[in-house]
Amino acid sequence: MSSAVHAPAAGGHEAGGHGAENKLFGFWIYLMSDLIIFAILFATFAVMSGNFAGGPGPKQLFEVPYLFLETLFLLVSSVTYGLAVISMQSGKQKAVLFRLAITFLLGLGFVVMELMEFAHLIEEGFGPDKSAYLSSFFTLVGTHGFHVSCGLLWMLFMIIQVVRKGLTAGVRSRLMRLSLFWHFLDIVWVGVFTFVYLVGLL
Amino acid sequence: MFGRLTWDSFQIHDPFLFAATVGMPLGVIALVAVLAYFKLWGYLWSEWFTTVDHKKIGVMYIILGLIMMVRGVVDAIMMRAQQAVALGEALGYLDANHYAQIFSAHGTIMIIFAAMPIMIGLMNLAVPLQIGARDVAFPALNSISFWLTASASILVMLSLSIGEFSTAGWTGLAPYFEKEFSPGTGVDYWTWALQISGVGTTLTGINFLVTILKMRAPGLTLMKLPLFSWTALTTNVIIILSFPALTVALFLLSLDRYLDMHFFTNDLGGIVMLYANIFWMWGHPEVYIVILPAFGVFSEVVATFSRKYIFGYESLVYATVVIAFLSFTVWLHHFFTMGNDVNVNIAFGIATMLIAIPTGVKLFDWLFTMYRGRIHFSTPMYWTLGFMVLFAIGGMTGVLMAVPPIDYMVHNSVFLVAHFHNVLIPGALFGYFAGLIYWFPKVFGFKIDEKWGKVSFWCWAIGFPLAFFPLYVLGLMGMPRRIEHYTNPEWQPLLIVAGIGTVVITAGIAALLLQGWKTFQDREKNADPTGDPWNGRTLEWSISSPPPVYNFAVIPQVTARDDFWVQKEKGTAYPRPEKYSDIHMPKNVPYGVVIGAASFFLGFGLIWYIWWMAILGALGIVVTMMVQGDNDDTEYVITAEEVKKIEDAHFERLAAAGVLSGKPRNANQESHHE
Ligand code: HEM
Ligand SMILES: [Cu+2]
Repeated sequence: MSSAVHAPAAGGHEAGGHGAENKLFGFWIYLMSDLIIFAILFATFAVMSGNFAGGPGPKQLFEVPYLFLETLFLLVSSVTYGLAVISMQSGKQKAVLFRLAITFLLGLGFVVMELMEFAHLIEEGFGPDKSAYLSSFFTLVGTHGFHVSCGLLWMLFMIIQVVRKGLTAGVRSRLMRLSLFWHFLDIVWVGVFTFVYLVGLL
Repeated sequence: MFGRLTWDSFQIHDPFLFAATVGMPLGVIALVAVLAYFKLWGYLWSEWFTTVDHKKIGVMYIILGLIMMVRGVVDAIMMRAQQAVALGEALGYLDANHYAQIFSAHGTIMIIFAAMPIMIGLMNLAVPLQIGARDVAFPALNSISFWLTASASILVMLSLSIGEFSTAGWTGLAPYFEKEFSPGTGVDYWTWALQISGVGTTLTGINFLVTILKMRAPGLTLMKLPLFSWTALTTNVIIILSFPALTVALFLLSLDRYLDMHFFTNDLGGIVMLYANIFWMWGHPEVYIVILPAFGVFSEVVATFSRKYIFGYESLVYATVVIAFLSFTVWLHHFFTMGNDVNVNIAFGIATMLIAIPTGVKLFDWLFTMYRGRIHFSTPMYWTLGFMVLFAIGGMTGVLMAVPPIDYMVHNSVFLVAHFHNVLIPGALFGYFAGLIYWFPKVFGFKIDEKWGKVSFWCWAIGFPLAFFPLYVLGLMGMPRRIEHYTNPEWQPLLIVAGIGTVVITAGIAALLLQGWKTFQDREKNADPTGDPWNGRTLEWSISSPPPVYNFAVIPQVTARDDFWVQKEKGTAYPRPEKYSDIHMPKNVPYGVVIGAASFFLGFGLIWYIWWMAILGALGIVVTMMVQGDNDDTEYVITAEEVKKIEDAHFERLAAAGVLSGKPRNANQESHHE
């Protein structure tokens, strides 16, 4: 046995390499559990989807062109994030910053549009306290929006890190995790858009 | 400024609560002063509060769990005392509201703040050592998990003296817990305490899943994994899959209560049964989260103290996985009586009964392991045997209740109370006690006091049937659960017996604490220089006790199940490496304490509508996460020379103990017992 002196770094703390890999794997698992949260919120929405309690339904509430633009913002931001990752892999710091900034602005556009929609609904008297349907609508869409806002904060933070530290191993590994998060939110939004808005309007 | 918190919120009107309200702060102040007097704060801060060492975090979890268990038992004594006297004219000393707070707090505390921390503590102690790793995958996150649990526990304790606790039971009850019916702070204490500790637990689940999947020593394939680690693996999977349901259930309830939404209300389209469905998607698996690791402990203990390979290793692994899977398919049995379709009830009833099969497989595997083994009756073995006898009874009453018509009869009676205590106390607590005593020498380097351990065991073994078997009878006599007063004189004698049983159990807890005290007193006499006091089988016994921070100077190469045992048989245990290399270890970090404290203020602010405090708490969490996310300097190096010094000292102790010379130790030791 004493020949096996140099065992591989199963301890995990050696030389950083394993650490980054484990973090990515752990982040995947976190996303899975987050996905379950969304799944239960979707199910809740489905159960509540007819409980208007005399209040308005989807046809009175949503406008397709507005939503379409909002969706476009988020989808395009996923593409620009992908581009940022490509520049990161070839080590082009300026391009990374530029593309992250665009992604950030697009994401911000999405959140602002969502907030405006919410404000509009509440002003009209269709707030989340009016019916179970509206409660579950605001909760599902709002939870997604809250995630996107957290993602934006994280992105801002990463932009500052890239400026301060450059594309170090640590920064890259964080950018990769944010990338997973961002695409994940995109996919969830496709679900929201389809089930909440499109199916509701059909 | 202080939301709905006023001077009247402080509980000083009732003598018990007065004692708590005045006593707790005095106790805390005294503790702070004593620690300051002995200049221990610096030590505590740098060695414990900021530690990322899984062994120390494990110890802190267990201390937290034991403290909360004592609180839970005090609640139980109060309920038992009340029910022993409150017949007819006699009203007892607790009113309905107070009794409801106590059973809600007792249930919540025992499951979330006693059982879970002890279970996670054991996982922290044993899993990295069993898989040959130097720490968990995310050591700083581990510290955060602990402090989230701790801060949630403080919130629960605080509800004793500031405001009140929920009266809606440990499971919550829709729509009773809505603001319309429960406007006080009680439900909010319950919600936020569960929510904060739930986040901590989810993070633990992720952390340990990655640890077990990614950081096993080379050669340690999954089918060689020690059985405790196997149960830990499955438990963490269940945590990751089920805790989101709890998060959502509590989140939606908060939206109802804070923003006037309508999820679980009975007006404006809310659906009361939706809550029960979401909650039990977590609630039933939660039972297996606390029980499976205890089963893992039993597997380790039975094999070690029977000096044999575990019988049916594979079947135990598959049984564990099947139980985990089935635990997600049975939640509806918690509301058979709430108007489901008959066929739905039948399906869920059968699924529930199916769980008995893998559980039975486990019992038989343990029995076959002991069969013709040379059994050493140490305290962990006592707990294991006690479990087998008592749990078999609890399991049987569970199968009974899985039959929907029978459930209609005993639903909401104390028969159910007897049943779940009958599975949780032998099934979880006994296993934890066995595990605590089993791994104690590993963590501290000295053996435990067996005498008081056995006294404790007998108190539980006798007190448990006294305290709970009468409830089966009472349930069949029609006594409902959660009542603080009754008029049927036939119930009283049995309730007095249950009260006496509770006193005996309390003596068992006192004996357990005394055991800890004696053990500590005799630590020199009971020192264990070998690191292998039980003649163990798995990797954790191959290193010194207490283990060095880095656990393994050289990551072992695993070749077999029960690898250390095999090495001892072959005479190749304790290999001495020719040279050591530098070891990178994670640095201590304050993020856990800070995030814990910030979450406390977030929770407290939300409970009392002190919005500025809640916002500051939330900001504290975000800023700390950013500081942590910006920190690239997370490791320090232990040089090869230092490692060599530590290891050389250990080899000297081994040589002095005669473990290193010639024949493997187990051969000599065995001969005494044959
Ligand atoms: C130390 C011995 C214990 C005693 C004497 C005891 C006694 C009791 C009593 C009297 C009740 C209330 C029954 C009622 O009126 O409805 C109760 C409820 C409960 N106990 Fe225990 N208990 C003990 C330990 C535990 C442990 C270790 C756990 C969990 C790990 C536990 C979990 C619960 C739960 C979940 C409830 C239901 C609370 C509710 O109704 O919401 N108990 N226990
Ligand atoms: Cu269940």
